Amino acid sequence: MDVLNAIVLFGNFVGVPAIAYGSQLALGALGVTLVYGILRFSNFAHGEIMSFGAMVAILVMWVLQAAGIGISPLPTVLLALPAAIVGTIALVLIVDRLVFRYYRVKRSPPVILLIASTGVMFVVNGLIRFIIGPTDQRVDDGTRFIMKVRAFKEATGLNEGLAIKTSQVISLTAAVACVVLLFWFLNKTKTGKSMRAYSDNEDLALLSGVNPDRVVTFAWILAGTLAALAGTLYGLDKVYKPFTYLQLLLPIFASAIVGGIGSPVGAIVGGFVIAFSEVMVTYAYKKFLGYILVADWAPVGLAQFLGTDYKFAVSFMILVVVLLVRPTGIFAGKTL
Amino acid sequence: MSALIGQDMTGGYGTGADILHGCTIGVEAGQIAVIVGPNGAGKSTAMKAVFGMLHLREGTVTINGKDITGLSPQARVREGMAFVPQTNNVFTSMSVEENLEMGAFIRDDDISRTMSQVFELFPVLKEKRRQPAGQLSGGQRQQVAVGRALMTKPQILMLDEPTAGVSPIVMNELFDRVIEIARTGIAILMVEQNAKHALAIADKGYVLVQGRNRYTDTGEALLADPEVRRAFLGG
Ligand SMILES: Nc1ncnc2c1ncn2[C@@H]1O[C@H](COP(=O)(O)OP(=O)(O)OP(=O)(O)O)[C@@H](O)[C@H]1O
Ligand SMILES: [Mg+2]
Repeated sequence: MDVLNAIVLFGNFVGVPAIAYGSQLALGALGVTLVYGILRFSNFAHGEIMSFGAMVAILVMWVLQAAGIGISPLPTVLLALPAAIVGTIALVLIVDRLVFRYYRVKRSPPVILLIASTGVMFVVNGLIRFIIGPTDQRVDDGTRFIMKVRAFKEATGLNEGLAIKTSQVISLTAAVACVVLLFWFLNKTKTGKSMRAYSDNEDLALLSGVNPDRVVTFAWILAGTLAALAGTLYGLDKVYKPFTYLQLLLPIFASAIVGGIGSPVGAIVGGFVIAFSEVMVTYAYKKFLGYILVADWAPVGLAQFLGTDYKFAVSFMILVVVLLVRPTGIFAGKTL
Repeated sequence: MSALIGQDMTGGYGTGADILHGCTIGVEAGQIAVIVGPNGAGKSTAMKAVFGMLHLREGTVTINGKDITGLSPQARVREGMAFVPQTNNVFTSMSVEENLEMGAFIRDDDISRTMSQVFELFPVLKEKRRQPAGQLSGGQRQQVAVGRALMTKPQILMLDEPTAGVSPIVMNELFDRVIEIARTGIAILMVEQNAKHALAIADKGYVLVQGRNRYTDTGEALLADPEVRRAFLGG
């Protein structure tokens, strides 16, 4: 009984939240990795692009809510997703046309593009502040819980309950669907294959008649789509705070790099590695240990490795260790 | 009217010094032309110039009498040219089959017939079709590279040292395949380090030195020329 309680407790505070957070990180890291694989630079603006996508979703959501349109029990913001995706794709294509293309044509080294992307990050951040303001926005209307702690306890008779939020299930579902679609696209379609070819050997792809502008456009379309999704899901799961996306950049890059930047599989694995580490290291194990240890051995303190305020330090530490031990990342990325 | 002529080509990389100085190379349909010369003579550069990967300050490139000097490499692929570079000539992370598919990227028709022709030409590729090209041996990779180029059904096939790093037996086999390909009416322009061997199967030979044409003749005549033998073919 105690073991079951411990498992449920752990699932409730670590398993479920980390899976949802991991899904969001994986979607974010996939966007970063795609841009890196095709355009060969680290796009520091990706966090703000996610934020932009979430913002568009919220704006459209307000319109829908005002018109009384909803898809209860699901949150209205899902209905706004297509618009958010289109808006975000438009943003990245415009930014590419105005900023990145110039450096690409000049064949600037990747670090120049990286610095340019930092500039883009600040501009988009300002734009978001200007449009929606710096305050928090709640996104999760509809039924917030699929399973509540109380109902779980009553059904199982355990001391501990398991709560599953709608947003968590949506995050995982969306991530799985996206990953399946993305892999199908990259491995089965002609355009997808041409993107992998371009990422593998740019010159040879050109010799085969692949149009580089088309490949780059598709990379941005995919990155924009993934960013809008990841941003909206993160906002739905927590609260939409325009400024958290700047902090989210670190775990996202950590995910991409830990998995092997440029490798889509790596981005997904990296997302979950980072999410689970972050949640597990900042979780207080006191109660959990209380269940599985002999009563006298239960810890007096919280048994928490790091306070939750330090959660971003976790990705940073993992990043440093990976760069020291295996700089290519788990899947030795570079090509899609 | 030749299938392909690069006439009086002069130019270099970017803003650097000229590498080619009035160099001329060409080939007829169904024939094999071979470029030989010392390392750094500009053989690869001449190939790239013909394929539009290099800005020419002077000279023209024509195929079947049509001036294509201003076309991009991609556009030249659509005009019926295919090029196998000296290095990095396969997609290492993609399977053999996907490499061939990428070769046929510009085609919208059914490519399965061409692919089975390539598999007939290089049976080992059929066996390894699902393996990433990066896991193949050097000789097998060259076969993938040539196969990829053939997938466009080109009229002109350009090969930069297709036998680099392969054993003598595979080299002979590759040369046999090249002859077979030429018999189907394709014009083949080839750079080769194995000069004697290559000139023996060549209808036309070019000896390049420092970006200039030193000798131009039939393969047979160059092989018979004592001067060429002494200076470039090792006696
Ligand atoms: N990408 C490049 N940028 C600048 N210079 C180059 C480049 N590639 C080759 N060169 C220069 O052009 C000259 C001719 O090189 P090229 O590769 O054409 O020789 P090659 O005849 O093919 O030699 P090899 O038999 O070794 O392949 C060399 O001096 C080389 O340094
Ligand atoms: Mg060469």
